Amino acid sequence: MTAVRPPRLIGQPAPRPEAARLASGAGAYVDDVDLPRQLHAAFLRSPHPHAAILGHDATAARALPGVAAVLFWDDLAGVVTPLQTRHAGFPGLVSPPQPPLADRRVAYQGEPVALVLAASRALAEDALEAIAIDYAPLPAAADAATALDPGAPKAHPDLPDNLCWAGEISGGDVDGAFRDAALVVAQTFRFTRHTGVTLEPRGLIAAFDRASGQLDVRISHQQPHQLQVYLADLLGLPMTRVRVIAPDVGGGFGIKMHVYADEVAVCAAARLLGRPVKFIADRLESMAADVHAREHVVDARMALDAAGRITAFDVADRHGLGAYTVFPRSSTMETVSAVRTIGAPYAMAAFRARMQAVFQNKSLIGQYRSVGHPIACTVTEALVDQAARTRGEDPLAFRARNYTPGAALPFTNPAGVRLIDLSHAACHARLEALMDRDAVRRDMADARARGRLPGLGFAAFVELTASGSEAYGAGGVAVAAMDSVTLALEPDGTVKGEASVSEIGQGIAGTLARVVADALALPADQVRIATGDTRSAPHGGGAWSSRGAAIGAEAALGAAARLRAAILAGAAALLQAQPETLDLADGAIVDASGAPRLTLAALAQAALFRGHEFPGGRLPQLAVAHQHGRAQDRAVPTNGIQAALVEIDPGTGLVACRRHWVVEDCGRILNPLLVDAQIRGGVVQGIGAALYEACRYDGEGQLLTGTLADYLLPMAAEMPDIAVAHVETPYSGSVLGAKGAGEAGTCAAAAAVLNAVNDALAPFGTAIAELPVTPVLVLDALARRQAA
Amino acid sequence: MKPAPFAYARPGTLAEAVALLGAEPGAARILAGGQSLMPMLNFRLAQPALLVDINRIADGAVLRQDADGLTLGPLVRHADLLRHCAAGRGHPLLAAALPLIAHSGIRNRGTVCGSLALADPAAELPACAVALDAELDLVSPRGTRRIGAEAFFRGIYETALAEDEMIAAVRFPPADPNWRWTCLEVARRQGDFAIAGLAAGFCATGAPAARLVAFGVAERPLRLAAAEAALTARGSDAAVATLADLDLLGGGDYPAAYRRQVLGTLLTRAAAALGAPA
Amino acid sequence: MSARTGMPDSLDTKDSVDISCRVNGETVAARVPVRQSLVDFLRHGLGLTGSHVGCEHGVCGACTIVLDGRCVRGCLLLAAQADGAEIETIEGATASGRLDALRAEFVTRAGLQCGFCTPGMLLTAAEFLDAGGGPDRSEIRDALSGNYCRCTGYHAIVDAVEAAARSHPRSA
Repeated sequence: MTAVRPPRLIGQPAPRPEAARLASGAGAYVDDVDLPRQLHAAFLRSPHPHAAILGHDATAARALPGVAAVLFWDDLAGVVTPLQTRHAGFPGLVSPPQPPLADRRVAYQGEPVALVLAASRALAEDALEAIAIDYAPLPAAADAATALDPGAPKAHPDLPDNLCWAGEISGGDVDGAFRDAALVVAQTFRFTRHTGVTLEPRGLIAAFDRASGQLDVRISHQQPHQLQVYLADLLGLPMTRVRVIAPDVGGGFGIKMHVYADEVAVCAAARLLGRPVKFIADRLESMAADVHAREHVVDARMALDAAGRITAFDVADRHGLGAYTVFPRSSTMETVSAVRTIGAPYAMAAFRARMQAVFQNKSLIGQYRSVGHPIACTVTEALVDQAARTRGEDPLAFRARNYTPGAALPFTNPAGVRLIDLSHAACHARLEALMDRDAVRRDMADARARGRLPGLGFAAFVELTASGSEAYGAGGVAVAAMDSVTLALEPDGTVKGEASVSEIGQGIAGTLARVVADALALPADQVRIATGDTRSAPHGGGAWSSRGAAIGAEAALGAAARLRAAILAGAAALLQAQPETLDLADGAIVDASGAPRLTLAALAQAALFRGHEFPGGRLPQLAVAHQHGRAQDRAVPTNGIQAALVEIDPGTGLVACRRHWVVEDCGRILNPLLVDAQIRGGVVQGIGAALYEACRYDGEGQLLTGTLADYLLPMAAEMPDIAVAHVETPYSGSVLGAKGAGEAGTCAAAAAVLNAVNDALAPFGTAIAELPVTPVLVLDALARRQAA
Repeated sequence: MKPAPFAYARPGTLAEAVALLGAEPGAARILAGGQSLMPMLNFRLAQPALLVDINRIADGAVLRQDADGLTLGPLVRHADLLRHCAAGRGHPLLAAALPLIAHSGIRNRGTVCGSLALADPAAELPACAVALDAELDLVSPRGTRRIGAEAFFRGIYETALAEDEMIAAVRFPPADPNWRWTCLEVARRQGDFAIAGLAAGFCATGAPAARLVAFGVAERPLRLAAAEAALTARGSDAAVATLADLDLLGGGDYPAAYRRQVLGTLLTRAAAALGAPA
Repeated sequence: MSARTGMPDSLDTKDSVDISCRVNGETVAARVPVRQSLVDFLRHGLGLTGSHVGCEHGVCGACTIVLDGRCVRGCLLLAAQADGAEIETIEGATASGRLDALRAEFVTRAGLQCGFCTPGMLLTAAEFLDAGGGPDRSEIRDALSGNYCRCTGYHAIVDAVEAAARSHPRSA
């Protein structure tokens, strides 16, 4: 094979091939398809955070016109087993079984209790109102902070207490570091729950064919293969009889990477009734029953030596993860992720994190964009600013002194994070160039002139992307950390493929196609990669952990190399030449002089229609598959730094985001247009967490933010322009060198905004350590200063 | 999230509409813009037996500006009035308040009279109506009566409307050129209902006079009479001091103390914007 | 165009009405349950699935359609209210070509990712431009603030509308 040609498409900005179709209203989302004889599902959901179910009566509901069935757990128990999360990576994990419909007890508000199947959603909802449930309310465990106190209400009465899992990560001499510290900064941070709010709600159509025993599930989901594994297991079907199709997906962000009780119940009902069942969550259900994110209280302290060098972190995290540890991945992954990268940008010598994850009678916490990292980043960067402020030092200068130097890499830090291929100093320098500091100073002066309090905040970060099989597979969870790509040469010389990565709007399908096109010297539009169908794509991970470019693209590259070799071998056989003397260019096989000898179309047609022309009838293998999983490195670390400029209105406590800057290093950039799009979208989700979004519960576990009127999402008017720049430090463990980019924006945005708010408050000697920053918190902080 | 069943009628005249309201008092709801009612139906929080859709009643979209002021029929949309006011007509308070209401897609459909009839305590237009001494014509099978805005608003979603009554028109008096007006509010995001808001007018010509009506802070638009007197007599700092005596809504994310503080901010800012003494 | 007999609601006819309207320039006659929302009718009755349902309480803007010349929430209207009305959905606006320039900017600048908000966003942006909206970014943000996007962070959408505004024939 000849040397790899310089890439023509990789690194060039290009719109997604799907974009024009979606922008024409021609998307095909799950609710856009109706099947013959389809029934519509609606769930009766618990209004109580915690209650025993003493009885139920659905007689009236079943008698309503158009109602085909009203199902309770006892009706489904014969065809499906409860969900029960097991993950050996969390020794001692307490994980009660979670039936798809409540079994004599509800453990959170919104838990599905009964399933109505009717001729329309409206009729199904009519029937919900006609079902009588005899609830006996039980004391609810709501407050994570007191969940382990003696006598605290228990989320599950049969368990000894509310502890789901406890663990510790430590390295180095933590106690010594704090004993010898010249300065210790400490703070307790509170992170309210929020959620992902995919604009397209979760939904599926499940159809079971009794004659063949085949279950087809069309679902808005990020991991069709994972779902296929677990549906087969829960329903007792062979995987060959379970097909999961993810059509166009209207947003994922982690919300659609879990196996939900309601979705399993719909599949079980389809199997039970032998009719297609459609379930589209409405927004009320989404707010209550989609996974929520975060909810941590972190006691953190950081030690420094006399020279202002960070020496150690010591943190204790109390994580409220809801009624069950999410299936199948376990909510405790959020627990660990919230502490593991604390301090990660800095060359600390000692680290200790104690974690307690507790059950509550609240919705489940699940993996959501940048899992845990925003907590770790906020804790770290807020302490860093606190230290710099205490020392009277510029926050950037403080950071510059403390970054893990590039020369020290690879470095396994005392938290056990293996750090490689990072570029803190370069990103830092790039940020200073990107921000026009004179303009920022003018903006800040202008804000002061208007009576506002401007603040500028920074947040450096390390994010662990493209997790390897250590994360789940090693714990016995059937989650693939590898991906598969198949390719086949079509008779017209184009290439079709299937990939196990999931296209959920991020543009990975087109990116893989461009990787393949480069390798085969084809124009981008001559390669088409399909995703989202377990019947046609071999098994693989889907969309999680920012893995498409880092893992999926390597699989595509591997498949392309195989197809290239097969093409050259086939051409060599036809042309009676040596494969080594041939190459690909512009859709043709060329010889050493670059002269075209055979088009790809001619080769494909010969192989597919005139196989007898090949010596010995030996067909070239023009359909290939490649599977890529990383052997080394638990995860691929990325790094970067963000900055936020905010203004506080001291008269109202409102915080306005004025500017936001991001410099990040996701290694080799395959498509800068789409990387920037990921960064900006991620930043705004982080700003949402910083200033707006909160799933609020009262003290008894009642959800108070059940609609989009109560749950505040970022809107266009409040969001700033976001400047993005890059440093490219290729990942050393792959051919392409790409790392994850999809979550980096979310990782540090909230930290930068919080630091900006506290920069604005600093002249008043007050600070906030809670997200989201509400106007009430801001005025309270200013009042504390005035009282002091 | 689908509505419970209801019957639907689409009368062609106001008389037919109120006849339907009167046929079975309390069973029917008027559907005008529907921007608040339809969500309540979708949530099944409202389950009327009959929906009376007035969107096709004759002359419902009357928007008349004359010597009596500005008269709006029940189908005048926020966007219609905004367009009217943006051209320098209408009333300067309405011109200031309307852009604060929701978003263009909502303003295109929501009606002014519907907003008044809903009487959301955090809404802008009820406060404007009180501030401007607007008058409402209420019509029922029993006839028509006229009521001042101050008397119309009774509480949270509570008005003087009887079960068989609807708003036939609202009339805002002509703008007095000696008065300046503004509408300010605190909301987390543009277009959200106000955590606290203030419709404010000030007349510096001749004997100073002020009109201050708060919204989002009480169960109904709250005329700040003491603050008005203090503002004209002693300035905005004195006016803000009067807020300490008010009994304001609290609860949830925004305690009463917060609302009181930001209402003071709004008062100070409004006074400055209107040229009232500090 | 003739309305499909929507299986899902065929049993829900005890309170249904006949409507006749123009949808994307074609006359439609259908019998609809009176409680059916306009967007549900367009999607499941007429197969016009480009209008999306994101919240059903008027907040997200994904169901934005054009009713008698104005962008409105399809989830806050009844299908029954469409009787006699002129409706345009993303499908019609696309077919007419009136969104071509705007859509091209969205595509080129990655003004969409998952695409779920995009039809509503495009119709709202087009209304802003048709009303004389210019390239001022804060005005654009203001005009689009009733339409949620969860993917882009809005920046690229504002870029796209700004670019379209610079080339849009100004009506004001």
